[in-house]
Amino acid sequence: MASDKVLHVNDSDFDNTVVANDLPCLVDFWAPWCGPCKAIGPVIDELADEFDGRVQIAKMNVDDNPATPGKFGIRAIPTLILFKDGEVVDKITGAVGKAQLVDLINKAL
Amino acid sequence: MQADYQLIIVGGGPAGLTAGLYAARARLKALLIEKGATGGQVLTTDWVDNYPGFPDGISGFELMDKMTAHVDRFELEKRFAEVTGMDLQGTAKTIFLGNGETIQARTIILATGARPRKLDVPGENEFSGRGVSYCATCDGPFYRQQEIAVVGGGNTAIQEAIHLTKFAAKVTVIHRRDELRATRILQEKAFANDKITFIWNTQVQAIEGDESGVTTLRLAHKDGTTSALPVTGIFILIGVMPNNEMLPREQLELDNAGFIRTDTEMATSIPGVYAAGDIRSKRFRQIINAAGEGANAELSAEQYLAGQATPH
Repeated sequence: MASDKVLHVNDSDFDNTVVANDLPCLVDFWAPWCGPCKAIGPVIDELADEFDGRVQIAKMNVDDNPATPGKFGIRAIPTLILFKDGEVVDKITGAVGKAQLVDLINKAL
Repeated sequence: MQADYQLIIVGGGPAGLTAGLYAARARLKALLIEKGATGGQVLTTDWVDNYPGFPDGISGFELMDKMTAHVDRFELEKRFAEVTGMDLQGTAKTIFLGNGETIQARTIILATGARPRKLDVPGENEFSGRGVSYCATCDGPFYRQQEIAVVGGGNTAIQEAIHLTKFAAKVTVIHRRDELRATRILQEKAFANDKITFIWNTQVQAIEGDESGVTTLRLAHKDGTTSALPVTGIFILIGVMPNNEMLPREQLELDNAGFIRTDTEMATSIPGVYAAGDIRSKRFRQIINAAGEGANAELSAEQYLAGQATPH
């Protein structure tokens, strides 16, 4: 089931929702034509529920929002970027397992 | 010992889903465990033109949606979790999940699949996601009007090279032999496509770049010469490696490349444990034979359960 804890962000609200967020943010850059993005969808939803209140889990559709992926040099999806205080902490590309994503998130906690 | 399930299927690609379909129709108490979404590697395939029953072809995405809908119609129990280990010996086989939970079943079908093989050259990991890609359908749109390379000569490499011409200005196929292994109709399409050029008898030695990502490939030709090819992207489509990290290697017989050995009825070296699809040691990896092996593995599991039937 899709989690209602996942925040859907776009080019125009990215600064307010992610950069200015008091919580660390994990942003999943995805697109509807990307199979592996679909494959990690359920994991993203689980993470949103498990880290609720501690880490903001967000998704950005790169098809509708070209500016932000360009700014961060994204040339492959899914790419997951972890932000803390508006800065990039680390990132992962590809449909990795949940354990690797938890390890990534823990770098901001 | 009473197990939780009669059958656990590990993996939800074409092999696992077909095994699941047969298990659900056999009314087995069965569970399919998948770490992401069902569909497997087919989800990364642009277009499937060789799966019978779809005369106009079908996208990899849609085919796997249909296979998932098919098992859902027969109410196969599915669970989305990561399998981290297993103990396959004895009559009750144990599956260990990432959250620490364990589940037991009397039979297991291993359909864990495979993933793209790496080139193992300098720069490959460094530029992964910044010009190095293993999924043309995922990343092709980032290379509009750019010059890119595809490494490989099999069906996947050539199918995806053709797909990438929808975006890229030029696609160079780099192949270590002087002819393609891809099926003839794909070869004809690729040779007729004026955006695709071929560099034969050549291997990629190194991937170079800067802050922007990949800029250059260092090539080694069979005649001993070397050259540089300027590209912004390289799609590595040179076959697969087994998803075998969660398998008990000390219990299960694997081949030298790490794929599971089975007999012709999909039985592994452990009684009650079967393998199907790309994780199986075999020559050809096709959606249709993954599906066929899934059916075969499930029927073998059923027969094993019937032979093991206990009064309670």
